[in-house]
Amino acid sequence: MGPLFRLEGLSFSYNPGCPVLDELCFRLDPGEKVALAGPNGAGKTTLFHLMVGLLTPTGGTIEAFGAIRRGEKDFKEVRARAGILFQDSDDQLFCPTVAEDVAFGPLNLGKRPAEARAIVAETLAMLGLTGFETRITHTLSGGQKRLVALATVLAMRPDVLLLDEPTNALDEATESLLTDILAGLPQAMVVISHDTAFLDRIATRRVRLDRGRLAP
Amino acid sequence: MIPGRSPGGGLLATLDPRSRTIAAALFALVVVGQDSLPTLGMAVTLALLTAVLARLDPIATLRRLLALDGFMVLALASLPFTVPGETAFALFGIEASQAGLRLSLAILLKANAVVLMMLALLGSMDPVAFGQALRRLGVPEKLVQIYLFTLRYLDVLHHEFRRLRTAMRARAFTLRSDRHTWRSLGYLVGMLMVRSVERSERIVAAMRCRGFDGSFPVLDEPSRFRRPDGVFAGLALVGMSLLVMVEVS
Repeated sequence: MGPLFRLEGLSFSYNPGCPVLDELCFRLDPGEKVALAGPNGAGKTTLFHLMVGLLTPTGGTIEAFGAIRRGEKDFKEVRARAGILFQDSDDQLFCPTVAEDVAFGPLNLGKRPAEARAIVAETLAMLGLTGFETRITHTLSGGQKRLVALATVLAMRPDVLLLDEPTNALDEATESLLTDILAGLPQAMVVISHDTAFLDRIATRRVRLDRGRLAP
Repeated sequence: MIPGRSPGGGLLATLDPRSRTIAAALFALVVVGQDSLPTLGMAVTLALLTAVLARLDPIATLRRLLALDGFMVLALASLPFTVPGETAFALFGIEASQAGLRLSLAILLKANAVVLMMLALLGSMDPVAFGQALRRLGVPEKLVQIYLFTLRYLDVLHHEFRRLRTAMRARAFTLRSDRHTWRSLGYLVGMLMVRSVERSERIVAAMRCRGFDGSFPVLDEPSRFRRPDGVFAGLALVGMSLLVMVEVS
């Protein structure tokens, strides 16, 4: 099996003249859990957004799941197979209830309501959130929001997880629960984090993004 | 702030949200078209009965009605002096007309009847259920989406506002009547808007990551009209026909 993602010579800039990414190369293989470190503003989140086509690179190629991806149509399939967990869970949870939010992705992928319901129940059970179906998303605590946001991503049954500071601002108990969950998931992942203890437990490889390029 | 789910609603809670929405809209239409004081009195009574049936909290309801009346008081107080007609009394040499007084009273009754009925039928309903009822009644999808997103993000925006406000206070900002205060408040509002736009962009990005292409899938199996809805519709029709008949006779 080939790599899940292969980025070749990827460049990107928000303003001409000051590139965020400068001919960056990266490869993600099945089973890998890659820690992505780097100073604030180095472009880590930008890299995630490029990988799923939310931003368009100014140069280079993105190969995902065995094919070169260019336009919006190509990336629709990528987004179904590579799920991003956003930094702020309030950005991710927009439906009134937890069940509706978790079902949003599967329904978009063409699942019937009954199937979506089954996926919701199964995903919530996996994260220890059984019984949260009718809870109102904006009344959840920060830790609960993060777990439900992870559920909305996992409900898409992705092959790759792109996690943007998943343990940020969590209390110890929730952090260790989330670490256990993430360590037990079979998916390949790229994790942006500054939390050394957390990375020691889950990362199989580390890379550092600095001045637009990745270094081991 | 708008609560997530408001339980209650008494007997009315068993009804399909659509029945309540239609009844409230029809009631408002009928009442706005009425002119005679006895009919409007009946309308207020009908609204009161519904409010009791919905088990509205009397004090909270009264406070809301008073807020409405306080808002209207200026306009209503000036009406008797501006509408021509037979003189009822004079104040500081300005004559108040009987027709004007009657008109003020009619507007007061109308507004209170409609608002009380809205509070009883719609206010006791879960706001999200109301949005879904509107969607199923054929209200344009964009309006429903704006309503549902407002429900979801009002609280987040309010939190953001409070965070900024606290941060200002932490640096000894107090409201004064000088340029600095006005400029700072301007920055606060501006920053809130910038953040809202940025957040909306992140939300759309997160939605696109989950395969969003412009239409909202619906998970909930829709509720159906059942027996209580039939009874309720019958009673509502009888009540409103009575109002129209009294008015016409």
